[in-house]
Amino acid sequence: MAADTRDDPITLVIEVRHLTKHFGRFTAVDDLSFTVKAGEAVALWGANGAGKTTAVRCLLNLFPFEGEIVINGMDVRRQSKEVRRQIGFVPQELSFHDDMTVAETLIFYARLKKVPDGFDFEPLLEQVHLTPHVKKRIGELSGGLKQRLALAVALLSDPPILVLDEPTASLDIRSREEFLFLLRSLKKSGKTMIFSSHHLEEVTALADRVLLLEGGRLVVDSPPDQLERRLGWETTLHLYLPEEGIEPALQTLEGLGMPVSRNGRGIRVHAAPGNKGKVLRVLQESGINVEDFSVE
Amino acid sequence: MDFENVLILIQKELRDAFRNRWFLLYAIAFTALSLALAWFSVSGAGSFGVAGFGRTTAGLINLILLIVPLMGLTLGAMSVAGEREKGTLVYLLAQPISSAELLLGKFVGLSLALTAALVIGFGLTGILIAFMGSGGDFMVYLTLLVLSILLAVASLSMGFLISAAVKKAATAVGLALFLWLILVYFGDLGLMGTSMVMQIDVQQLLALALINPLQVFKLAAVLDLRDNLEVLGPAGIYAFRAYGQTLWPLLIGLLFSWVLVPFALATQAFKKRGVL
Repeated sequence: MAADTRDDPITLVIEVRHLTKHFGRFTAVDDLSFTVKAGEAVALWGANGAGKTTAVRCLLNLFPFEGEIVINGMDVRRQSKEVRRQIGFVPQELSFHDDMTVAETLIFYARLKKVPDGFDFEPLLEQVHLTPHVKKRIGELSGGLKQRLALAVALLSDPPILVLDEPTASLDIRSREEFLFLLRSLKKSGKTMIFSSHHLEEVTALADRVLLLEGGRLVVDSPPDQLERRLGWETTLHLYLPEEGIEPALQTLEGLGMPVSRNGRGIRVHAAPGNKGKVLRVLQESGINVEDFSVE
Repeated sequence: MDFENVLILIQKELRDAFRNRWFLLYAIAFTALSLALAWFSVSGAGSFGVAGFGRTTAGLINLILLIVPLMGLTLGAMSVAGEREKGTLVYLLAQPISSAELLLGKFVGLSLALTAALVIGFGLTGILIAFMGSGGDFMVYLTLLVLSILLAVASLSMGFLISAAVKKAATAVGLALFLWLILVYFGDLGLMGTSMVMQIDVQQLLALALINPLQVFKLAAVLDLRDNLEVLGPAGIYAFRAYGQTLWPLLIGLLFSWVLVPFALATQAFKKRGVL
């Protein structure tokens, strides 16, 4: 599926045209085209092996590829160093040198990124909650702390673009929530983001647009709230109702043609994409009190 | 080429090398063996009347021929492939640096680390000889240090080439050890055996020696020590007669070629292999 190329070229931060990458006979990315506007958060979503990481690495020109990638008006092949100065990268595999401390790591990458002498690291460390760990060696850090360090390194030169490869893959649920909160605040501050993920909740929490990849090809380009509709997914709603409300609720929803059945303390409804709210609204309008609900 | 980036990478490589247990082990082993060699050489100097520096230098040549290429080859082999395997290479090259800057920084950093290890080994040995009051030609000793550094960097360059071309550090180190065995074997026993079996003439024997950087080092070191190559037999005598005054620059030029050519090939191999 080709991206809409009629956007104003000035607002386009990332332009990917016919990106193709082969590893031997295996095609990891197949004729992928899309654009990302300034301040937009775009998710590359798909199963393992869908080509997400390969596409991300191509953005950084980490290996040869076919097609064209232009970032902030620069060709990534011809101006790869300049392009990388515009990008903060958070990798999937946290590959720091284990014998360096957090402080040494930050200073090393700050020098490579030409961060001016006298740069105050404190606000950055505070932002990613790393201040208490600054003297620790990398080998002593948990996955969550390493991920925050990777984000701190990515933000060192305050780049306008963040490229994140499965940024929460190695995190537990709590660390993932904290990390997503950090990313949302960065998005609000105006950063353009492109990130790969196979977690739907991560994609819906952060992305303005979702690019679904399958077998290296772009299958769907959609805002996250229209994803279910575009994919034709059906959601099961479990509604917990008072005993006297169950029978009227069954009759009301059956009357609207919705597949519904009794389920323990309430009812189970199969809702078409975009119809979950309608189920709740209809019951409320019929005077049936919904005590609680869960989505499957 | 941004030389500031190269300098940052050199500093990091030096720091890493001095925390690398293999590097420390090699450096300590070389220093300990050099000191032991000097001790025995100088202890016997009184009874045989041989100068300390000259006698130690002669003994050191064989030690250097074994240990220095092993240091260079294995450290070079671990460098790029090790970072590739750990994933640090992908992360480094996602920063605003070029692959040429990365390779040059790593190579120069490791070269300086090897130089430091040799300077410490030679330095302590020199102090021991001087402390024991034994004389000799200090310049010959110093020249041997420079030749050893060249051999170390040439070996590093070969290890680097292997490392740039393969994916796993273990494969790279295995290949480097195999190459070390070949180079050492074709130094003495291999050359002697080949010349006897193949009945090759002295000219071909010299050509065979000159394609092996270890032999080039040996010829240069003996020339440094004796001002002729008679001690190396017919091939040595032939080399000295055939090349005369040009032999020394030829040998140094060959050692430099062993530094530059594998490194140039390593950059090409890296371009082809990439970060994965």
